[in-house]
Parts: sequence; structure tokens; C-alpha cells
Amino acid sequence: MTVGTPRVGVITFPGSLDDGDALRAIEIMGGEGVALWHADHDLQGVDAVILPGGFSYGDYLRCGAIAGHAPILDDVRVFADRGGPVLGICNGFQILCEAGLLPGALIRNASLRFICRDVFLRVETSQTPVTGELVPGEVIEIPVKHGEGQYIATSEQLRAIEDEGLVVFRYADRTGVVGEGSNPNGSLDAIAGVRNEAGNVVGLMPHPEHAVDPDVGPTGGQPLFAALLASALAGARA
Amino acid sequence: MRFTFEVLVTLKHGLADPQGKAVEASLPALGFTDVSDVHVGRHVRLDVEAPNEPEARTQVKEIARRLLSNPVIEDFRVLESSAPEGGA
Repeated sequence: MTVGTPRVGVITFPGSLDDGDALRAIEIMGGEGVALWHADHDLQGVDAVILPGGFSYGDYLRCGAIAGHAPILDDVRVFADRGGPVLGICNGFQILCEAGLLPGALIRNASLRFICRDVFLRVETSQTPVTGELVPGEVIEIPVKHGEGQYIATSEQLRAIEDEGLVVFRYADRTGVVGEGSNPNGSLDAIAGVRNEAGNVVGLMPHPEHAVDPDVGPTGGQPLFAALLASALAGARA
Repeated sequence: MRFTFEVLVTLKHGLADPQGKAVEASLPALGFTDVSDVHVGRHVRLDVEAPNEPEARTQVKEIARRLLSNPVIEDFRVLESSAPEGGA
């Protein structure tokens, strides 16, 4: 029973790394974190689901390819089809793309280097469970840490993604200007995160769960988690 | 019968191939200056138990489509299978 405190599930896959930080971020922001296991067919009645970062199955075959067929993904699919909020972070984003829940794909960074640093993201839409507290054009600062974060799609897909407003975040400078210098991995159209057509499934390469505690860096992840908890609560009450 | 297949997975034409680019960029240092259009793909070999070759091939195509390749960014080719083992 949800009485005022939204319950957010975090799925652990073999090789997940950031499940602990995601659970901690949920708790810091006032929610209840619920640990979920990839091999279970059980979302434990949570109000929102996070697929965390890491290297599921050692990135074998393609990042997220094997986890994209994990048993719990069937349940995530049903949950998403009913409009439940789903957030994929980094490897979780790759998994959602591989599972066909989000458009596009992620390949090796254009530089071929692993990147680990804070970046600025320009918010492109408020119409998602994680950007409801932000306005388009607003800039947030959160870290990236990935080797395979270059977002790509075929030209027809990219046109559809842009035309339908499915881009949620773009890499930008601190003033919100998008340019080559602020695109860390060569992503098409500087895309850092996208949503599905319904808007309830979101994936992004940067790590909001590492940016909620002012003692250890930027806090750009706070509004994302606040919005996720709010939409989880709204869903639970509906 | 057991059939052996090889599947080649390659990036779709026109998509960025940073691995291919990196290989290409390293070739001049080895003295190969006339090489271009280098692409890196994936090679998967597998054995399938099936009554006949067409049925085995159908399975392999399905495996390639659903797991070995990502249809958003990759194409695949199922190469000729070898004859069944043991001549049974």
C-alpha cells in the first residue's frame, strides 16, 4: 500500500553497478527504494521502475543486448504499456533500446575513449515522468561515465524522433547552447536522452543518481528524482 | 542432425563506425596507405540440432534477428552451413 511515499523499484542485473546509488538517491529524495531482481517475474507492486547503470553481462554481444531479454523485462513491458514510469540510466538506457522500449541505439563513443566527467544537459521537454519539474531550455549539470554512449539511429528514425519531440535531453554548454564542443560522445543531434511516444519511458546516458547529494558534486539529478517520485505517487493514487 | 552455421553481423551502411575508423587510422603507421572504408563487425558460429538444413537455417535467422543483431543499427548474413557431422 502506498500512503504518501512512492515506491520505486531498481532492477539489478548481473553486472549492474549503480543500483545501490539509485536506491540511495530515491531514499535521499524521500521515496522508498525497492530492490528488484532481473530473473524474477515480479515488480513487487512498485510505482516506478529504474534500470540502473553498469555493465550487464559484461557488455557481451552489445551493451544491454542480453539484459534486454531478461525475464523481468516482460513485466517492465506490461508496466510501461499501462503507462507506468520507467527510467533507464546509462546501461539501463542501452537495455531499454535493446528491448525495443525506446527508439535508437547506443554505440562506442566517437572518440573511442571512456568518458567520466560532469556535463551540462539542456532539457527539451517537460512531458516525461522525470522532467515535470523542469522547463524546456533549462540546463542541469550531472555526470556521464560511459564508453558506449554515442546515440545513433537511421536517418528516418532520427527524423521521426525529432518530429515527434522524443528528445528529452541534449548535451549543451552551461548556457544551454548545443555545439560540437559540448557533445562528449558524438551523439546524433547531441542527444543525451529520449522518451517513448507515450512519454512514460525515458532513457538517458548521464547519471542523475550520482547528482543528488551536494556533498559529492553537482545536484542536477535532484529535480529528475523529485519529478519521478511525484509521477510515481500520482500513478499510485490513480 | 547437427548443422553448423556462421553469422556475420555488420553495421548498416551510413552509420558511424568508430571501431572501423580507428582500425583504418592505424593502418598508415603499418605502411598501408591505400586502404579505406574499413568496417568492424561480429562473427558468430553456432551448431543447431534439427531434422534438416532449412529448419536449422530458419532457427538461425530468428536467433540472428532477435539477439545476435540489433535491427536498428545492424544487418546480418547467415553464411552457408557445413555438412552434418559424422555423415549419419
